[in-house]
Amino acid sequence: MLNGLQSMGQRGLSFFSRLGRATLFFLRILAALPSLFLKPRLLVVQLYSVGVLSFQLIAISGLAVGMVLGLQMYNTLVDFGAENSLGPVVALSLVRELGPVLAALLFAGRAGSALTAEIGLMKATEQLSGMEMMAVDPIKRIVAPRYLAGVISLPLLAAIFSAAGIIGSYIIGISLLGIDTGAFWSQMQIKVDWYDDVLNGIIKSIVFGVVATWIAVFEGYDAPPTTEGVSRATTRTVVHTAFAVLGLDFILTALMFG
Amino acid sequence: MAKQNMIELSVGVFIAAGIAALAMLAIQVSNMSSFSDGEGYEVVAKFDNIGGLKVRSPVSMAGVRLGRVIDVSFDQESFEAVVRMRVNNKYNQLPIDTSASIFTAGVLGESYVSLEAGAEEETLKAGDEIEMTQSAVILEQLIGEFMVRSASQD
Repeated sequence: MLNGLQSMGQRGLSFFSRLGRATLFFLRILAALPSLFLKPRLLVVQLYSVGVLSFQLIAISGLAVGMVLGLQMYNTLVDFGAENSLGPVVALSLVRELGPVLAALLFAGRAGSALTAEIGLMKATEQLSGMEMMAVDPIKRIVAPRYLAGVISLPLLAAIFSAAGIIGSYIIGISLLGIDTGAFWSQMQIKVDWYDDVLNGIIKSIVFGVVATWIAVFEGYDAPPTTEGVSRATTRTVVHTAFAVLGLDFILTALMFG
Repeated sequence: MAKQNMIELSVGVFIAAGIAALAMLAIQVSNMSSFSDGEGYEVVAKFDNIGGLKVRSPVSMAGVRLGRVIDVSFDQESFEAVVRMRVNNKYNQLPIDTSASIFTAGVLGESYVSLEAGAEEETLKAGDEIEMTQSAVILEQLIGEFMVRSASQD
């Protein structure tokens, strides 16, 4: 009984101290961001490994999701003679929800886990403390470029996801299901609003980018410097990002579209 | 150096692809015309009942969209709904005795304001009120009336 209470207290304490460390770490990253203007090349290299290498996965997933959405929606819509609404249905669901959320989940699996493993291994092999010995701030040199690259990449990847999905449903709708091209686009333009739908989706993906990359770099930086510690931190990155993104998505949807 | 160039090139292509996707969402997918709604003049109309009319509902004449409803409020003195709408500046030749009615697109479609041109020389200006209005047709009332009438015939 007493032991149970003790372990509960311990878990609570470690949770709050982790939260505190994560917040301080976030503030230190923010403080280090201006120094990137002096070394933009660091950022370009990270944009490559975080953004460009995720491009293929995001574009193909978006295309596949759009095609499947197009096929499934058509089967139901055609019963009501509303197959011309396929365009707006697919575009709204992609732009508002699926684009930002699925892109963030894929991003966590593809880029977030890699960031955690990279920073965690640097810590385990004492590269980070080596840098500190040479008076190089690892937050400025290692963490800040990776963080900013993630925050820039995710909104772009989410937009690519949505665009690829709409193109996918267009291909299916026009070539396979025989929907009229003009009706597909014009219905979409009537129903989808730039401010209410597209811009809110972009804001969502920026928020997800800030949170997902924060979790990834913090887990790497905070990982126990052992092989097991790094592998656990990598898993935690994917799991925690998924929870954070899905929870935040609910809150943001309630705020924006409620 | 060659590898560094490749990285820079692919990052450039990636950023361009992202911006192109955003541009596609803006131009091809959504209606950027909501920007042009900004340059318009406002007119007011009072209705006994606006039915399902909402902010952002279309305002049209002869089936062509001229503008949008920008505000719906309630007048405590006359107990009427006050609908403010913004009409695009292109359409500045509407006669002052234009009348407004609220219709529904299809049986279950969205409500919109339909304008009917009058005959006066003078045109509607910003801030003018449309005097002649016709309320929304409430489907439940129609059905109710119809049932009462058919019952009294028996």
